[in-house]
Amino acid sequence: MALDSKQVLDTQQFKIVGTRPLRPDGIDKVTGKARFGADITAPGMLIGKVLRSPHAHARIKSIDTSAAEAIEGVHAVVTRADFAEITDDDATADVLDNCMAGEKALYDGHAVAAVAASSGHIAKKALKAIKIDYEVLDHVTDVDRAIADGAPVLHEGRADESVPEGSSPNIMARYEFGHGDIDAGLAQADQVIERSYRTEATHQGYIEPHACLAQMSQDGQADLWCCTQGHYMVRNTCAAILGLDQGQLRVTASEIGGGFGGKTTVFLEPVALMLAKKSSRPVKMVMTRSEVLRATGPTASSSVDIRIGMTKDGRITAGFAELRYQGGAYPGSPVEMGSMSAFAPYDLENVKTVGWDVVTNRPKQAAYRAPGAPMAAFAVESAIDELAKGLGLDPLEVRLKNAAREGTKASYGPTYPAIGLEATLRTAKDHPHWTAPLGPNQGRGVACGFWFNFGGDTCVTLNITPDGTVTVSEGNPDIGGSRASMSMMAAEELGIPYNKVRTIVADTGSLGQNEVTDGSRVTFAVGLATIEAARAAKREMCRRVAKVWGIDEDAVEWRDGAVHPTGHNAGSHDPMTLAEIAAIASNTGGPIAGHHEANPEGAGVSFATHMVDTEVDPDTGAVKILRYTVFQDAGKAVHPAYVEGQFQGGATQGIGWALNEEYIYGEDGTLQNAGFLDYRIPVASDLPMIDTVILEIPNPGHPYGVRGVGETSIVPPLAAIANAVSEAAGVRMTDLPMSPPKVLKAMQDK
Amino acid sequence: MVQVTIWGSLARFTDDAREVEVEAENLRQLLDGLAQKYPGLKPQLDRGVSVSIDGKVYNDSWFQPIQPDSEVVLLARLKGG
Amino acid sequence: MSNIHVTTKINGDPTEYLCAPDETLLDVLRDRLGMTGSKEGCGTGDCGACSVTINGRLVCSCLVLGAEAEGAEIETIEGMADGDQLHPLQQKFIEHAALQCGICTPGILVAAKSLLEKNPDPTEEEARYWLAGNLCRCTGYDKIIRAVLDTAADLRKAS
Repeated sequence: MALDSKQVLDTQQFKIVGTRPLRPDGIDKVTGKARFGADITAPGMLIGKVLRSPHAHARIKSIDTSAAEAIEGVHAVVTRADFAEITDDDATADVLDNCMAGEKALYDGHAVAAVAASSGHIAKKALKAIKIDYEVLDHVTDVDRAIADGAPVLHEGRADESVPEGSSPNIMARYEFGHGDIDAGLAQADQVIERSYRTEATHQGYIEPHACLAQMSQDGQADLWCCTQGHYMVRNTCAAILGLDQGQLRVTASEIGGGFGGKTTVFLEPVALMLAKKSSRPVKMVMTRSEVLRATGPTASSSVDIRIGMTKDGRITAGFAELRYQGGAYPGSPVEMGSMSAFAPYDLENVKTVGWDVVTNRPKQAAYRAPGAPMAAFAVESAIDELAKGLGLDPLEVRLKNAAREGTKASYGPTYPAIGLEATLRTAKDHPHWTAPLGPNQGRGVACGFWFNFGGDTCVTLNITPDGTVTVSEGNPDIGGSRASMSMMAAEELGIPYNKVRTIVADTGSLGQNEVTDGSRVTFAVGLATIEAARAAKREMCRRVAKVWGIDEDAVEWRDGAVHPTGHNAGSHDPMTLAEIAAIASNTGGPIAGHHEANPEGAGVSFATHMVDTEVDPDTGAVKILRYTVFQDAGKAVHPAYVEGQFQGGATQGIGWALNEEYIYGEDGTLQNAGFLDYRIPVASDLPMIDTVILEIPNPGHPYGVRGVGETSIVPPLAAIANAVSEAAGVRMTDLPMSPPKVLKAMQDK
Repeated sequence: MVQVTIWGSLARFTDDAREVEVEAENLRQLLDGLAQKYPGLKPQLDRGVSVSIDGKVYNDSWFQPIQPDSEVVLLARLKGG
Repeated sequence: MSNIHVTTKINGDPTEYLCAPDETLLDVLRDRLGMTGSKEGCGTGDCGACSVTINGRLVCSCLVLGAEAEGAEIETIEGMADGDQLHPLQQKFIEHAALQCGICTPGILVAAKSLLEKNPDPTEEEARYWLAGNLCRCTGYDKIIRAVLDTAADLRKAS
């Protein structure tokens, strides 16, 4: 039987992959039938609500819940005292502390208590009846102030061994990457630029607030329904926090109304389970938008210093970046990702990045699409642009001249295999957008971006039903059309129509461990597992048919959705289709399935180049995006419409980050703009169409050549837009967001 | 012997060497060998690292073979959104 | 504080319910009537995920009290398809891949239908401004706007 699991199919061979079939969850989602996190109910359920700290930093001296417990209709009140302390795992202990404060409230909005009551009204009344004695402490929310002498200290003794002695106690870790000699490289430069850049924290801004429904029986069996990017992660984390067996806690993922990294951890779920345990009733919890903004996981804010040297002809001789990211009140900002990715698009002899992980009195950051990379790219790509323009060079040519290629030693260490950066740059240069005329007050910017992509634990079970149709069970919530992609890959592999496959997202009781939907891993890793599961089913079907025909297994092969005899000794048999084999499965050995459990590694890195035209209003400083084109390598676009959608969505989130979105903290350390009116994400009237050019440089690590596409697209926009606005405004913009007052002031000051 | 490139801030624990050598035929032996030879690396190895072997990134696969001439680079543990 | 009895019509069905005086229409639809197609993204009228029409007027149901629906005709996403016949906008949204996660989709469809009823031939700019009150975080609006304009063109041809 000729099945080589390493074979990479030529593009021309695909029948279904690369087409644009309708998504299987489409009708449910356009008719309102699809059930998201807040749409789930259970008989007899209570409503849970959380009391949150009004202080940015305060010691919790005492909590008195007696008055709340006495209110009619209140069935449970939970504080940190209800949870066992976690001593063996710092990361999980931090998650617990973030879900329910212990000794201190560490940020405005930090959960300090929760109630479950027979109605939302009663729950709110009960929250008001909880008395908390706070000792208010000094706070700090800015990354640079947090590491200055005399700054308020969040935690004593939490720094890891990488932090030099004598550093600020708010520094949790230090990272250094790179190779070569920066000083020697800068000495070879004709021009050296030194600049500092700042970005504010932004929120993933998913439209669906966090929601869950928990129930727990007296025997320790528990069920949880929630919107999450990874219900297996939810199971494992909640089991650790509540002391449950993982096998006894079944988590079912609802449809998810956006995540972008923000739903890769837990906030409500352990609290809901504890309320359900104490009340012996199902408990539903749904966050308000204000809670989402104050108390879930926005991204880090950053402060970055850059030094880059360039020769007159545009060769970069050295690149240095020092990056400081605050990741909120706990260790773990993505500064190491920023430090590794900052110079990743370039082939540099001398490159060094130093990253500092800093804590402040802000909510614990969570991942946001290519976590850590956009801020680093903003700084590096802005500086390269300024250098190129200062030397009178074409910024695309300069990038091409320095572009990383196959064989380049990456700034973070390894040598690149085949990569697509150069292809995106050349395509951008040849695109009509690059030479289109610009009017007054308009500017054009370009920037490159990089993301790693990865694999991780993955299980897929593919069942052949008696009528010859196929069901695929996978363990990753579908955040952007992945059920369609999996059905396509299964259909491609089995040689059956797309609509004969239905893919479902299975609960944690149905499959083994699955890594979270993150790192742009799903189409790569779950796709790979789906293909392997289909191949396993094909091997089984070949065995069955060989038995039916009474010939050797080697004398049959799978081709075009059927088993055929092959070779001289196979004899003459009519091919048997999948449906014919399925119909006699009971007679040939029982039901037929294929499954694949693995930790696929070897995901391919991906690169993008973005090009944007902006116009700046000289009277108000307001920026209008006039035209936007994304050039990105997808490896292989399984469903091109959804690849375009990822490109467009990532670019638009980047536009928001560059122009409007920011966490604004007051002097008192409280969040000033915890709503969609004041935390303004891009709306339809802010934007033009987002044009996309999909390049396909196959990933040798995937049978169809797939690379992740979801994250890279948010990396270049910050810098691309800053470069365009700087040109349009005639002044270099180094602080994000480039809101109208900031741009206006920069123009007036120049 | 396999030559391993470590990132800059770990060199504090390897006598300032950015390239170290350990006896290893697979990823598990590599990580064990590093921890044994350079105990200062252990806390970071315990928190987690990713390892690039000939340009492909591995997080957990103990039995991933490593050739004596493989390019091996230690990376901060990759995380995504 | 006693509940208020309301008689109304939702998607053509005569409907009665009791609601608290301070209860929003959105909460009534979702929690009392089980019509969870309308979504709560903000509760402050900023995201449009809860869009419905009352007597033909497009509103955020989170900013309307349940009691205000007395005697009114309400249309929600659940009433947009005619039996098994999807509304052309619904069909075009699927065809254009105009949704990724789908949480904003019901509100955007209700708002887009309301646009095309008022203006069967909107320009791209008119469509963008009409839908500016409906937030989508996944798509960048590109495919949404294309789906709306394509539907409008089809409907004009058919009429």
